[in-house]
Amino acid sequence: MTLGLEHYLVLSVVLFSIGLYGALARRSAVIILMSIEIMLNAANIALVAFSRYVVPGLLTGQVFTIFSIVVGAAEVTVGLAIIIAIYRRRETIDVTKINLMKW
Amino acid sequence: MEVISPSGPVWLIFLLPLIAFAVIFLLIKPLNKPKLASFISIIAVLGSLALSTWLLFSLLSSPEHELTVPSLNWLVVGGAINIQFGLILDSLTVVMLMVVTVVSLLVQIYSQGYMRGDPGYHRYFALMSLFTASMLGLVMASDLLVLFVFWELVGLCSYLLIGFWFQRPAAANAAKKAFIVTRFGDLGFLAAILVLFSQTGTLDIAQLHGLAAAGVLGGAVLTWVAIGIFLGAVGKSGQFPLHVWLPDAMEGPTPVSALIHAATMVAAGVFLVARMYPLFEHSPTALLTVATIGGVTAIFAATMAMVMTDIKRVLAYSTISQLGYMMLGLGVGGITIGIFHLFNHAFFKALLFLSAGSVNHATGTFDMRRMGGLKRIMPWTYATFLVASLSIVGIWPLAGFWSKEEILATSLESQPLLFYLALITVFLTAFYMFRIVFLTFGGQYRGDTKPHESSRVMVIPMVVLAVLAVGSGWVNVTGGFDQFLGHGEGHSFAQGFFGALAHPLAWLSQVFAAGGIFLAYAIYSARWLSAERIRRRFFPVYKLLSNKYWFDELYENILVRGILLNRFFAGLKFFDSRGVDGAVNRIADTVVTVGQTSRKVQTGQLQLYGMFIVLGILAIILAMYFTG
Repeated sequence: MTLGLEHYLVLSVVLFSIGLYGALARRSAVIILMSIEIMLNAANIALVAFSRYVVPGLLTGQVFTIFSIVVGAAEVTVGLAIIIAIYRRRETIDVTKINLMKW
Repeated sequence: MEVISPSGPVWLIFLLPLIAFAVIFLLIKPLNKPKLASFISIIAVLGSLALSTWLLFSLLSSPEHELTVPSLNWLVVGGAINIQFGLILDSLTVVMLMVVTVVSLLVQIYSQGYMRGDPGYHRYFALMSLFTASMLGLVMASDLLVLFVFWELVGLCSYLLIGFWFQRPAAANAAKKAFIVTRFGDLGFLAAILVLFSQTGTLDIAQLHGLAAAGVLGGAVLTWVAIGIFLGAVGKSGQFPLHVWLPDAMEGPTPVSALIHAATMVAAGVFLVARMYPLFEHSPTALLTVATIGGVTAIFAATMAMVMTDIKRVLAYSTISQLGYMMLGLGVGGITIGIFHLFNHAFFKALLFLSAGSVNHATGTFDMRRMGGLKRIMPWTYATFLVASLSIVGIWPLAGFWSKEEILATSLESQPLLFYLALITVFLTAFYMFRIVFLTFGGQYRGDTKPHESSRVMVIPMVVLAVLAVGSGWVNVTGGFDQFLGHGEGHSFAQGFFGALAHPLAWLSQVFAAGGIFLAYAIYSARWLSAERIRRRFFPVYKLLSNKYWFDELYENILVRGILLNRFFAGLKFFDSRGVDGAVNRIADTVVTVGQTSRKVQTGQLQLYGMFIVLGILAIILAMYFTG
């Protein structure tokens, strides 16, 4: 069996769906952040796969992915900092209880 | 009809005072030069008088006593509405022009003395000019709608001048009362204009005359239109039952009362009926209404004049009474008879007011109980007042005699009942006028100020008016006035200066007048009869009269409060607060409720939003997949 583009894309979809489920269904802010990272990486896999199979000579997709990973790292840093700040004030990171601005 | 040339000066007759008004208000008032304001105003009306005189002589020399000028388009809407701003230059117009310009000129000269030092001096002369312009426009207008505009303008000037001393609540209230009461009459006038327009499609007065004469306009429509127009005249001329505003209008400065509420504006109602006379002529019902209202008003107002203690109020009721005579004259006789009395009345009544103003200037009061003995102190005022009184009473050969005799003679021919009312009114008129004369000028002075004769600027106009009050009636001694006004077909009662006395009716009215004077003499001068004892003897009657038949209370409590405020306006208020506001509030409440319910959808839970976004995207993908 040779691995084709479809296999990578299926992996990407599965990872994205797992991430999406986690982001929408979990209550812990840390888990949600992790889920978002999974979704980001699902996209990264799709990018690299497209780059490799569609335009084999070029490295555009790979370079783009590296950027994406850097941005994701920065985002996690900021996100975790916010979560820690919230935890210090409210002693919880349950997102359903962070509802100060709700009616 | 000949076209008058040049036509420019004719337009200037009413434009001159209008220009004066604008100049005084815009240029002179900021400069604060009071002398200049009155000077400009008087020059303008003098110009109008000169031009009117020129017009009078042009008319006299034209065979039909009627000229014309090209009119201007004013309101042209498609082919349906074509309102022309034109001028009627006939004998009726020119007679009114002469009355208005002469009285306005004399009153304004007098006002320089009477209003001296008043802080509103500019405003006074500006408004007097505006009034004069509007009144001149009113008598010249050839279209009913244009006439109505001027009609309302004189009403506005009347309002502004009655309320001239608006700091006084009484004056402000009187101004409002005058404006609102006349509005009831104007409602009828406006309705008549609308009906006329819908029936004929034109508001040109000459064309309407033609339609009425040809019988196109007739039957019940004509009667109702005529009565609607007459209703406007009733309001303006203070006829019963809309007379209540005129006595209160005496709160304005006295020269204003002389010009507006005695000589000119209140006579506009009489003029209106005369102007639209061909419409009345073809409706016996309308003519009978005019005559009856006039005759009833004449005696009704005269009874109230007998008991008033305020000199101006007596004169106000006297004005109402005399206007009633004019209406009676129009109703039973024709244009010439009513207008002839208007012509004479303008001079002697303006003079009576100016003399009363002179008395007020000297004593500081209008209350006759605090006057007396002014005969020696103010000889000129006394003499002019006496002349005017004799004229209004109708003593031969003064002006009032000539017109009043015509009214009496014609009413005897057609409406004997109204004739007896008019004859009794002659007696009452003589009584109340000489009651003023004896209370004010006879006996001892009862006030506490030091009276003095008024300055020359006030006395000279009074003397000029006194000359007119004696002689204005003489224009018809041989029927010349009737012929001029009646376009050739004169109906003259008088047969020469002494010929008038050949008529037994003349002697009858002289006897009634003398009787009234004698009764006033007996009570207020010789004191053979005690006024106090008569008052007690006839106390119910006195109470009825001094309370003006409770008309003010009737209107205020029953009409205004009872019907209008509590029923009609309350109903409107109910409809407004429940119906109109209710609908708005109900809609707003519904929107609020829907909003309160639907805002619950916004949970603030980001994850829920995210789920909906995902579901939405899925739905879009599926839709695209299935529809290709």
